[in-house]
Amino acid sequence: MGANSASSSSSSSPLPIPFVPSLKTLRLKTKQQELLIRLSALALIYVLAFAIRLFSVLRYESMIHEFDPYFNYRTTLFLTRNGFYEFWNWFDSESWYPLGRIIGGTLYPGLMVTAALIYRALRLLTFAVHIREVCVLTAPFFAANTTLVAYFFGKEIWDSGAGLAAAALIAICPGYISRSVAGSYDNEGVAIFALLLTFYLFVKAVNTGSLAWSLASAFGYFYMVSAWGGYVFIINLVPLYVLVLLVTGRYSMRLYVAYNCMYVLGMLLAMQIRFVGFQHVQSGEHMAAMGVFFLLQVFYFLDWVKYILNDARLFQSFLKITLTCAISVGALALGIGTASGYISPWTGRFYSLLDPTYAKDHIPIIASVSEHQPTAWSSFMFDFHILLFLFPAGLYFCFKRLSDATIFVVMYGLTSMYFAGVMVRLILVAAPAMCLISAVAVSATIKNLTTLIRTKSKSPQATSGKGSASSKASAKASVDQSLPFQRNAAIALLIGAFYLLSRYAIHCTWVTSEAYSSPSIVLSARREDGSRVIFDDYREAYFWLRQNTPPDAKIMSWWDYGYQITAMGNRTVIVDNNTWNNTHIATVGRAMSSYEDEAYEIMQSLDVDYVLVVFGGVTGYSSDDINKFLWMVRIGGGVFPVIKEPDYLVNGEYRVDKGAAPKMLNCLMYKLSYYRFGELITERDKPSGYDRARGVEIGNKDITLEYLEEAFTTSNWIVRIYKVKPPKNRW
Amino acid sequence: SLTPRGRVLGAQSSRAIRDDDDDDDGFPIRPPPLLRLLLLSSSARSDLVISRVDRQIDLTSHIVRVLSSLKIENAGPDAVSEVLFAFPNMQAKNLAAIKTFYSEGKGKGKSPSIALPTVIVQPEGMPPELTFYSVALPKSLEKGKTLNMDMLAVFTHSLTPFPEEITQADAQLLVYQDSAYYLSPYAVKVQSLGIRLPNGRVESYTKYPNTKLVDSELKYGPFESLPPFSYSPIIVHFENNHPFAVVQELTREIEISHWGNAQITEHYTIVHGGARTKGGFSRIDYQMRTNIRGTSSFSLLTALLPPRAHSIYYRDEIGNISTSTLWADSRKTQFGIQPRFPIFGGWRTTFTIGYSLPLQDFLFESDGKRVLNITYGCPLQEAVVDKLIVVLPEGSKDISASAPFHTKQSEEVKYSHLDIVGRPVVVLEKTNVVPEHNLYFQVFYRFSNLSLLREPLMLATGFFLLFVACIVYMHTDMAISKTSASYLAKLQWDEVQATVQRVQNIFDQYLKVHDKLESSLRDLSRTGDVQSCKAARKAADTQFKELAKELKPMLTFLQSSPQASQIWPKIEELVAKEREMQEKLMQKHSTVVECFEKKLGGREVENRVASLQQKLAALRQEVDNLLEINSTTTL
Repeated sequence: MGANSASSSSSSSPLPIPFVPSLKTLRLKTKQQELLIRLSALALIYVLAFAIRLFSVLRYESMIHEFDPYFNYRTTLFLTRNGFYEFWNWFDSESWYPLGRIIGGTLYPGLMVTAALIYRALRLLTFAVHIREVCVLTAPFFAANTTLVAYFFGKEIWDSGAGLAAAALIAICPGYISRSVAGSYDNEGVAIFALLLTFYLFVKAVNTGSLAWSLASAFGYFYMVSAWGGYVFIINLVPLYVLVLLVTGRYSMRLYVAYNCMYVLGMLLAMQIRFVGFQHVQSGEHMAAMGVFFLLQVFYFLDWVKYILNDARLFQSFLKITLTCAISVGALALGIGTASGYISPWTGRFYSLLDPTYAKDHIPIIASVSEHQPTAWSSFMFDFHILLFLFPAGLYFCFKRLSDATIFVVMYGLTSMYFAGVMVRLILVAAPAMCLISAVAVSATIKNLTTLIRTKSKSPQATSGKGSASSKASAKASVDQSLPFQRNAAIALLIGAFYLLSRYAIHCTWVTSEAYSSPSIVLSARREDGSRVIFDDYREAYFWLRQNTPPDAKIMSWWDYGYQITAMGNRTVIVDNNTWNNTHIATVGRAMSSYEDEAYEIMQSLDVDYVLVVFGGVTGYSSDDINKFLWMVRIGGGVFPVIKEPDYLVNGEYRVDKGAAPKMLNCLMYKLSYYRFGELITERDKPSGYDRARGVEIGNKDITLEYLEEAFTTSNWIVRIYKVKPPKNRW
Repeated sequence: SLTPRGRVLGAQSSRAIRDDDDDDDGFPIRPPPLLRLLLLSSSARSDLVISRVDRQIDLTSHIVRVLSSLKIENAGPDAVSEVLFAFPNMQAKNLAAIKTFYSEGKGKGKSPSIALPTVIVQPEGMPPELTFYSVALPKSLEKGKTLNMDMLAVFTHSLTPFPEEITQADAQLLVYQDSAYYLSPYAVKVQSLGIRLPNGRVESYTKYPNTKLVDSELKYGPFESLPPFSYSPIIVHFENNHPFAVVQELTREIEISHWGNAQITEHYTIVHGGARTKGGFSRIDYQMRTNIRGTSSFSLLTALLPPRAHSIYYRDEIGNISTSTLWADSRKTQFGIQPRFPIFGGWRTTFTIGYSLPLQDFLFESDGKRVLNITYGCPLQEAVVDKLIVVLPEGSKDISASAPFHTKQSEEVKYSHLDIVGRPVVVLEKTNVVPEHNLYFQVFYRFSNLSLLREPLMLATGFFLLFVACIVYMHTDMAISKTSASYLAKLQWDEVQATVQRVQNIFDQYLKVHDKLESSLRDLSRTGDVQSCKAARKAADTQFKELAKELKPMLTFLQSSPQASQIWPKIEELVAKEREMQEKLMQKHSTVVECFEKKLGGREVENRVASLQQKLAALRQEVDNLLEINSTTTL
């Protein structure tokens, strides 16, 4: 019996093992399992990234959002109908009347061509989709593709775990979702994909030194250039990165191959985009890349000379001469180029990126756009949530395991964070970097914690049957003493990490559904009983214009609405969102801020038939023209000094009630916004003419129009259209 | 309270008309002078005499309906088999539909009326200013006999707004012009005319001695004994704020899917055909006093859809329109659609509505052919259709269509999802359609049920081919250069991985043999059968040898391969550990067997084996770990 018990006790640990091999043969191999899990996780992330962006379609409809996307949609429509050559040579007489706009030469065609290609491909596969559906879903589709790129990028800089984490984080990062929901058919939608792809391919090229990868990154760069003006970020970050590698002594042949191929080919390819043209060799913003290119050649040359000379002293003197020559030639070339005007100086937009206060002082038109404002802390928190805390942790891990790839991502993260602080919209550029670096933090932390837990979970099994006889077992047991606490802590930390990540997921979903999924062309509000009211006034007005004005009517409005009017109203506008001609916009601003008779002369000179203003006084819609009015005054006054901002203010205060400045009460914008508003009672217990957007009773209730007449006002008064009367008979 | 203002405004405009009248060239419409001459010159052609005619003109909507009840007598010697109706060309061009009903007998004994075919004719010797319609009688009318006939003529665009432009606040005034006498190639003995107006507000009307305006009905007559082609123009100027919804263009598309659905899509271009609006549109006036400030506008159209309509949508070029309502019961579906903005005179809008219908309600089968039987007209009340398109499923053959009135037919092809040859499309075009044309029409075609499976099969094949392509891609060697260093390195790496996998398999087998030995020991302790235990030992020994033989070439390969340099130490360790384990196990086995042969007590055996047992367990753990690490590193 004793033997019995002995053998049973001896076999207590091997006992389960006989079953394991049989199970193992049934199960997939560990490698296959891992691959399967990884692939299915990636597929789920892909679907999730697409699906989370569909809130707006479910809540509203499959429609184009905001302002700029309407232009993109209109051009895509033109492209699919008339073909690429027509599109490339398109002179659009419907905008910037009477100047017109050469569309092919003044846009980044990447987005439209992409959408048109997807459309063609679907048509070829006999899916009879409408181009609008393609446009609406382009951004989510590319966001989903971005997750794949993020996965590979993460894998490149850290490991596949970090790649998965990066894909998951970026799939739902609100900073990115804000510009890529369904219907947000804007350049950024594909550009972030192109940006990350270029960076990934470049890092891959640097890591491998392969010509194929750097060629691929040049094409990625080309796609980026064709899609968005943000390519300037790439063409400055990459040389900066190369410079940092040079300075830190990480120069290698791989870097040389990667950068030269990418820069030369990328530059040549980028020149094919008409809007960019020869800027790569002519504009100050692109000179850093060229400088680094020449620097690399010098560096390589010196390396070669050093190898040939094989003499430190001789090389030192040669180095001195060469460096002096190279630097003086470079400086001279730059100086001559700038002086002769061959190299254009930095543009205002570029300055305003480096110096947040620049735009405010010099270019009001840039400063007037809300998305060009410096970022508030709250919006960082809103758009990044836990990534804000994970970012420094990720930086720590990156520095701990420094490689060419991690240096790149660290630089990308730090520079883009700076730009995100300067301008709200550049949070978008920072989002992938934040996600990548945070993913490193998440992956490294979780991996460390799980290894702690796993080693622990095995050792008790191993020690249980043995007691404490052998030296090995005793050693393990001694480790065991300290471990329970460590293990519990690891479990607690792991739970904490999962809690944080789930909070992130919840936050992202909430933000997407509440803040980033409204098309802004259809407004919605909640009544007291919780039901939803829809204000579809914009489309009401645009459709009215489309149907009931002469086809050649010219519409004057503030530039914000230009794209929408041409796309939805199909009418010619004086100015639109492509703010290339400041004087023209200032003229409109001047007309809006002048008295009616002066404005009439301006409108006559511009051939204006209708004037459109946006007014939120009835509904309490706050981003209306009265609230934008000071910018019109500023922009108008910037070109025409007759318009002075203080005339519209009372003691530096902007008001529309009885205490408002007399010029304010009688300028065209005021009259058009409040025409016959004084008769309307908007809120119970309030006097008539109570402006709900600003919460005051208006100051001028008796407005008469001499040169204009009300042509149409939408059902909630949000859009008001006036017809400019023809000139009176002279006799 | 609304009336006084309307009256005042109306009075002004009517005064204007009278002023114009004095000038004798102001009224918007008057009968062409030619016609008057002609009336005097032409004479009766036939022997028919109309003994009595009562005309009712309905002016309540913007579609004018004239219902004439005639009593016709054959006063000539010969039997007559056709009856002619005459309209001035000016009216005839607006004639949308004409229907004639015929009944015999009188009063109670009257037989049910029969619709008769009415065709346009151009009889000889008749003035070209008139258009004639001929009705063939089912049986000839003998001499001296009478018959009763009802004729309904429907006119569109026959009401002219006057004044042509009104402001938002004005009511809409219309002018209607006709003849006080029934225009006919036959002599008329007794006749009367009644005009139904939408309300009692009439600005002016042509007065005859026996004219009466009672409430909203204007009565002329009776007139007696008038010769053929009598014509006396009358003009009625009245208020009508009925929505003048004119569908300038309507394209209805019926798309049939044999999966059980008919998708109907209707593209509308609607204009307000009434008086044009002058001056601006004031929202505040419209909002606060819609009834007077905006009387002539309309903001709601009602579409009566067939029952069981579902998946209804309402949109236009720039998106969905959210202002629509739907009531549905088992007999009908009422769809109230509000355009984006109220439509004033001269304004237009376009939109699209679409809905799905269950196919079994409209599609039938007869003689192997399928018959689609659905109404022609548009579901909007009092509106007009231009073009109708029927899209049949891909693969339909032998298509023919028949409609109860004349339409222009043509065939097209449409491509929808997953179509290769396209769907045959039957286009039926007809202008000037009024609700009277809301009749059933039929489309016949052949369609094989097998074609239903075409698209699912296509999809399945597509995916199948995709997967096959993937498999083929994974299994083919796409390298261009078979001799390049990187290619060879890759090949070698693949081989190393495969070998490592095989090595692992062998170690798994080793472990299995170990387990077998352990179990034989357990059996021994249970049964005491030393012989079988020894046999197991022998079998294990041979197995170990075989495995070692198998393992050897792999190990030499791995050792020599530069690619395996990273894995090799681990493999080496694994081999060493396993060997050690094997030794210990053998040792244990012999000890236990020995003990059994010596009949030693269980405790003794345990003591002897204990240290071995511990070592074995530790080794086993290490080997397992190594195997696991190997499997992950080979990724």
